[in-house]
Amino acid sequence: MKLVTAVIKPHKWEDVREALETFGVTGMTVSEVSGYGRQKGHTEVYRGAEYDIALVPKIRIEIVVADGDSEDVVGIIVKTAQTGRIGDGKVWVSPVETVVRVRTGDRDSAAL
Amino acid sequence: MDGYYAFMLIATAFVLMMTVPALALFYGGMSRSKSVLNMMMMSYIAAAIVGILYVAVGWSMGFGGEGTFFADPTELLWLDGVTTDSYIYVMFQMTFAIITVALISGAVADRMKFAAWVVFVPLWALLAYFPLAHMVFSCTEDSLICGRIGAQDYAGGTAVHINAGMAALVLVILLGKRVGFGKEAIRPHNLTLTMLGAGLLWMGWYGFNVGSIVFGGETEEDNIAQFFSETGRTFANTTLATMAAILGWLLIEFLLHKKATSLGAASGIVAGLVAITPAAGAVDIEGAVAIGAIAGAVCAWAVGLKFKLGYDDSLDVVGVHLVGGIIGTVLIGVFSTSDGAGGVDGLFYGGGVGSLGDQALGALVAIAFSGVVTLVIGLAIKYTIGLRLSEEDEVEGIDFVAHGESAYDIHTSGGGSSSVLAAKTAPVTEGANA
Repeated sequence: MKLVTAVIKPHKWEDVREALETFGVTGMTVSEVSGYGRQKGHTEVYRGAEYDIALVPKIRIEIVVADGDSEDVVGIIVKTAQTGRIGDGKVWVSPVETVVRVRTGDRDSAAL
Repeated sequence: MDGYYAFMLIATAFVLMMTVPALALFYGGMSRSKSVLNMMMMSYIAAAIVGILYVAVGWSMGFGGEGTFFADPTELLWLDGVTTDSYIYVMFQMTFAIITVALISGAVADRMKFAAWVVFVPLWALLAYFPLAHMVFSCTEDSLICGRIGAQDYAGGTAVHINAGMAALVLVILLGKRVGFGKEAIRPHNLTLTMLGAGLLWMGWYGFNVGSIVFGGETEEDNIAQFFSETGRTFANTTLATMAAILGWLLIEFLLHKKATSLGAASGIVAGLVAITPAAGAVDIEGAVAIGAIAGAVCAWAVGLKFKLGYDDSLDVVGVHLVGGIIGTVLIGVFSTSDGAGGVDGLFYGGGVGSLGDQALGALVAIAFSGVVTLVIGLAIKYTIGLRLSEEDEVEGIDFVAHGESAYDIHTSGGGSSSVLAAKTAPVTEGANA
């Protein structure tokens, strides 16, 4: 199993969710996060004082999928979250040892 | 003059609204979320303390008779000898005292001990505001600014705005900078509150300026005629100067930073209102537009001075009220017309530089008086109970430290505390909400 983690622009989140649901992803964990990458935040002006705001708001999506699905899921996220402009975000995949469904105690593929 | 009396009842309520809640909202939105309640509380408690003190001795010191600096505080002590049909004029002046003190609070955001503010407020009202109100508004023959110098001040460019702005400058020098000033981005936490506060200030300012009419006629008919002509002038001037100041501020901002900001518009409103306050009766509508535009543009530039000169005037009380107050007070000498309330032509209307000199001197006296008195009070508090919060408490946030509250219980964009996690900090004692 793999854990797919994506950090994307907030306004793309609805598109990504719809595309993933169409593909068959049944659940995910989503959080509002802030961070920065090569874009190094943005500038805001308050009464003439310019501030470099390092942290910009993003959405983080976490999905655990079967090994064979991870490339498809990554592909869908990249395709739907892409605007081509700076700050589109990142997607990464990491191995998962065990998954347990809390309600039933089912493990691994039965728990997905 | 029944209409005038009814109007004063409303004007007085309007001016009180300028402090509670308009100024509190205007400043509160600009502060950080960890200190918004303290910022608003500084206005609310100033209203409570100054209001009672004004009735006790403030009215007497201001309007109780002759005096260069102030009148006899015991003459009308606790309104002894003032009939109830004059109470509304006392209440009207009381609301001016309240907002003048509250204006200072914006400069000391995040770091002034609440106890120090509670001690500062009555001392400053007593020693700085009540005397300047006498020198400017009572206008007895021996009163310094109005009577002796002969400077015009319709509604408080000197006594209110220069006074509060100068006090703010002295206090922030005594207090020092906030932790992180000039290094971190200390951003306004809710500009919608600030926009709302600025709008309410604008509305309330009609009570402030238009209600400041002083009658000079010999007969009732003269006064009625003056009431009709002068209130129209002051209402229009207040409106037009404010509009011009919004545009002036946004223009400078756009030229310097390529952005026209909402905070700039809100600040322009206040800068314009401040500058037209002394000049509302003296100038015609072209003068009002000129004063507003100049004040908006100059204040937009002046709020940046604190970074160059290194004083932490947190919410720009100096940059808006001191600078705007000086602009409005001095420009009377340039734009006043002889058919206005003061009956004097300014420099541009063929009156020469005489009025300009009087106005500049009046402004200087207000700056010096406020500066010295605030310095004495500030030093006295600094070396007794102390002015400043500990660094640890300041970083933690004065809302929690001084008031035991936090302004908001909502999810933050940083994925902050959820309601489930927050439940760990549920009240130890069963309160009213239990």
